[in-house]
Amino acid sequence: MRSKLVMLLGLIGGPLLLRNLYVILFQLPDEMEQGPVYRIFYYHLPAFLTAAACYLSAMICSILYLKSKDAKYDAIALACTETGLAFAAVNLVTGMFWGRISWGIWWAWDPRLTWALICWLVYFGYLMLRKAIDDPTERAKNASALSIFAFVSVAITWKAIEWWRTQHPGPVLSIRTGEQRMDPFMEQMIYMNTVALSLLAAIFILVRLRQEETQREIDALRRYAHAL
Amino acid sequence: MFYGLTVAWALLAIYAVFLGLRDKDLKKQLETLKRMVEEKK
Repeated sequence: MRSKLVMLLGLIGGPLLLRNLYVILFQLPDEMEQGPVYRIFYYHLPAFLTAAACYLSAMICSILYLKSKDAKYDAIALACTETGLAFAAVNLVTGMFWGRISWGIWWAWDPRLTWALICWLVYFGYLMLRKAIDDPTERAKNASALSIFAFVSVAITWKAIEWWRTQHPGPVLSIRTGEQRMDPFMEQMIYMNTVALSLLAAIFILVRLRQEETQREIDALRRYAHAL
Repeated sequence: MFYGLTVAWALLAIYAVFLGLRDKDLKKQLETLKRMVEEKK
């Protein structure tokens, strides 16, 4: 059932990703002030939105785990966090490439950039924490608590461009600003690529979830083999 | 611009390969353990 879902998501997401890449590279015009470099935004922004959605799902699953103690929610939280980290890395690195071309520097300790990095490190810490605790129940409990608190860093990263107006560009999406600050066709492309990257993230989450279930099966078999 | 887009795709591809390799490793571990348990029985 899950393999079929992965296949279905791949059949929808794969062509959509390729179609978006074609439109971004060959159909959309250059931006008036930035030229062609603005095209990086079509991956930079959707990657952040996808990562934020993954972290939000991880936080919800962590709350559900703490309420129900059902290991399934802990496994989903782990799968979402790891996938979110991959997309957050895309967000950070594409931002660095854009900064190098537009600002002439790879990195600035601007509040948005700094919080995005803190956020990435906090979630990386979540994975490290899981590795450090052997007992599965303790591991799940501590990781869930961290996942809930870690989401504060996502919220601060999201609001950083409104709270501190420094080097990073301000909000541009009309759903956030309430006004049209960029060409509607260009904005539509950002949403289209967010959908495509989210489908890819869903595939990663499902695959990672299956791996976590296999890992738990391995652990149970190991315990059983020791008992024999 | 092309480097930025290439790096975005490369990171996702690296993660996909990493997932694939881990999948293979886990399946191998599971098979070995299942065999071991059968032998012990």
